[in-house]
Amino acid sequence: MSEAVEPGVEMRQVPAPEWAGAEPLVFELGGDLEMGPREVDAGVPDRPLGELLPGVALRAAPAALPAVPEPVLARHLGRLARRNHNLHQGIYPLGSCTMKYNPVVDEELARLAGFADIHPYQDAGDVQGALQLMWELERLLCEITGMARISLQPAAGAHGEWTGLRMIQAYHAAHGDTHRTRVLIPNSAHGTNPASAALAGLEVVTIQSNADGTVDVADVARHLDSSVAAIMMTNPNTLGVFEKDILEIARIAHEAGALLYYDGANLNALVGLARPGDMGFDVVHLNLHKTFSTPHGGGGPGSGPVGVAEALAAFLPTPTVERDGDRFLLDHDRPQSIGKVRSYYGNFGMLVRAYAYIRTYGSSISAVAENAVLNARYLQSRLRGIFPMAVTSDSMHEFVATTRGSRVAGLRALDVAKRLLDYGVYAPTAYFPTTVPEALMFEPTETESKQSLDLLADVCAAVFAEAERDLDHVRSAPHETPVSRVDEVEAARRPVLRWRPAE
Amino acid sequence: MAYLPNGADERRQMLEAIGAASVEELFATVPEPLRHPQLTLPEPLAEQDLVAELERLAARNHPLGSLDSFLGAGVYRRYVPAIVRAAIARPEFYTAYTPYQAEASQGTLQTIFEFQSMICELTGLDVANASLYDGATAAAEGVMMAVAQTGRHRVLVAADLHPETLTVIRTYGRGRGVEVVTTADVGATVGAGDACAVVALPGFLGTVAEIAPVAQAARAVGAISICCADPIACALLTPPGDLGFDITVGDGQPLGIPPSFGGPHLGFMAVRQELMRRMPGRLVGLTHDHDGRRAYALTLQAREQHIRREKATSNICTNHALTALAATVYMARMGGAGMRRVAEISVQRAHALAARLTVLDGFELAEPAHPYLWEFALRVPGDAEDFARAMRHQGIVAGLPLGRFDPDRREQLLVCCTETSPPTSLDRYVEAASRFAGPVTVSP
Repeated sequence: MSEAVEPGVEMRQVPAPEWAGAEPLVFELGGDLEMGPREVDAGVPDRPLGELLPGVALRAAPAALPAVPEPVLARHLGRLARRNHNLHQGIYPLGSCTMKYNPVVDEELARLAGFADIHPYQDAGDVQGALQLMWELERLLCEITGMARISLQPAAGAHGEWTGLRMIQAYHAAHGDTHRTRVLIPNSAHGTNPASAALAGLEVVTIQSNADGTVDVADVARHLDSSVAAIMMTNPNTLGVFEKDILEIARIAHEAGALLYYDGANLNALVGLARPGDMGFDVVHLNLHKTFSTPHGGGGPGSGPVGVAEALAAFLPTPTVERDGDRFLLDHDRPQSIGKVRSYYGNFGMLVRAYAYIRTYGSSISAVAENAVLNARYLQSRLRGIFPMAVTSDSMHEFVATTRGSRVAGLRALDVAKRLLDYGVYAPTAYFPTTVPEALMFEPTETESKQSLDLLADVCAAVFAEAERDLDHVRSAPHETPVSRVDEVEAARRPVLRWRPAE
Repeated sequence: MAYLPNGADERRQMLEAIGAASVEELFATVPEPLRHPQLTLPEPLAEQDLVAELERLAARNHPLGSLDSFLGAGVYRRYVPAIVRAAIARPEFYTAYTPYQAEASQGTLQTIFEFQSMICELTGLDVANASLYDGATAAAEGVMMAVAQTGRHRVLVAADLHPETLTVIRTYGRGRGVEVVTTADVGATVGAGDACAVVALPGFLGTVAEIAPVAQAARAVGAISICCADPIACALLTPPGDLGFDITVGDGQPLGIPPSFGGPHLGFMAVRQELMRRMPGRLVGLTHDHDGRRAYALTLQAREQHIRREKATSNICTNHALTALAATVYMARMGGAGMRRVAEISVQRAHALAARLTVLDGFELAEPAHPYLWEFALRVPGDAEDFARAMRHQGIVAGLPLGRFDPDRREQLLVCCTETSPPTSLDRYVEAASRFAGPVTVSP
């Protein structure tokens, strides 16, 4: 309890139950407005602000944000850090999220002053190294995906999806094909696919899956007509199953004048081993924070480059990075471009990390996919006796189990997920894909050792055995985490979204 | 291999358990002709070679800290207290995932709740989200909210909005059939056909316009008022919420985030209570655990793509949590008064530099009628690109030549001062510029 008792917090006596073990908010740490760091002298003649800013409405008093003394703030952050599961602590087997280890050296490299302390509006001559890195990264990613050109601008996967769809719309419009307003999306797709399509003003048509979890080609064919702009696919799909009919789907899509979009969320299964471009995809987005190991940061920043076949290159966001002999430059003069999709040129710091990652593996990068699939299949083989699998077909880098139909009636995916947290392992993705009831989607990634996979499997077995014995204990999990099960219903029913000073 | 922990023995054991003879067999579902394309990729690198290679690339850049830089224009070199970098370098934060499992993610959740609270205080509004990508996309998301809220498809944007923001709003608008109209006087122009009126604080040229009437005028015609604000400006000026704005968006880069060639930065958004359910992006709420203790969780997720799919308020999934953490730590350390002090130093220095430059023959303020904060448009003798190039030869990045954005401003430069522009830099600027003073045209 002693850690919760901070000077200045409203609990100078014994902590109230609400407070036991809780970390005070930054507003409750006892900082005041005057405890900020010493500032430099302006070093110029001091003139009254009213004279410098005539007629400008100034704050009457500083914003009510306390300045927390550094030692107090350091401890606050240290305690909050302990309340987070993270990759330096244990496995993070979230399906479709590719929580692989983030190389420490890449973090150091991104912080070099030559990368972190450069301005997007510096003259090209002052940022040749940055432009060269971007130019080379584009070529490396083109080689890996089989695309002609790639824009590094989108800030995240969903941003890349929308950017790709805007390019598809521009392509059709440039061909006088303005009535293609629909996009076909399998029912197992990530939620961002339909949301991105809607943001682009496209109508979503949902395509059914077969019993083996792959897209039903007949259903695709039924919906393909001259109103379809694109088919969005994830391959392997969200069940971890390779879309075996992809070449046929590409053929009939192109025959109908539609384009094929690749959601790169699952590229880790194939990186270096098979290319979306060779499968017939026209547009590809990548999540550098998945396949290419840039850290997830507790929810970003990510990076979602989007690649296109030659026929769509004219529509890429501006600017592109070009090479002229030994010089690298930004090309803003692209009349058919869909425009800019964010400020400047992308999440450059993430590009540095991804570039370093790809250069580390280089021509051996297929080892990533091989080990990712090997790890997932091994984990699956260990879990088969515990959970039923969603499909019988062979999966690749991830697989979907379910608690439905297991030996313990009434065991829910949520309860398993929460109980796993007690053992210091993170939960798999629960309740996705939505096509599988009580889904638990595991993706261990290639950076887990066999030992770590065995531990996860052993923990799953222990949780299951416990559920057979004492289901209530599993249902009320977690018990060992910094807080017990969080009341999310209450959070949504009466939203408290900010701290306010006590009246 | 670099980050692959299993050796040959383990791999063999794992294959045995799977019942496969080789790894290749695990890829049997991939059609044969697709497998093993001939890729032209460079040789793998040892960590030491990798570091040397990237240091070589980094050395081909000229960081702002090695120059006397007066470049701003939306990306600012502000002093970042060391504790900010230390916080975001902790693996507990940077390697964590989006906090979907609340019980194992209270650290991230609480820092986001703190971020939301601080952004509300800074902007004078009721609800802030967990972050967006950058200032430009935050503005575009704000505009899309206004379109959804009003059912109108025209948006009115102040002509002095940052050009990057304007162009991104246009790109988003085109996808939804939204017409974007720019005007010098938004308050006088906004009408019943407009979804929103968008203004900047400060404008792209560093100037502060009287924007409160815009919020009133928008409200009078049922349009949403949106302010694109610099967060450090919000620490000095009456915040947009207090001026009557419905939505404030901006780029949080000045809050402890390095320029990093334009990203990753940080988009923030704060809105009035009534617009809460139309907000894009993640929201963290305060609640309790089953033992009655304080706890935090992602909330109001019914707005989001993973639940609502095509009916979501936005497609955003990943946001910018780690740079939001940097901003949280920055704001917590600086406090409201510290941020205001930083703003004041910047104002004092910019005005001192402007005063010294404009006594030189041929140099004058391009917008003398408008008050400005820490950036000003400076008219120089001759072409601003030539002037900037000549200054650069002296190790000075004199500012941003404005002809790149507006052909009528070819003789103007946008000059920025912050607390990282020491007085000695100002002296060097004036000294170097004085050589160009007078009626003679600049020759590079």
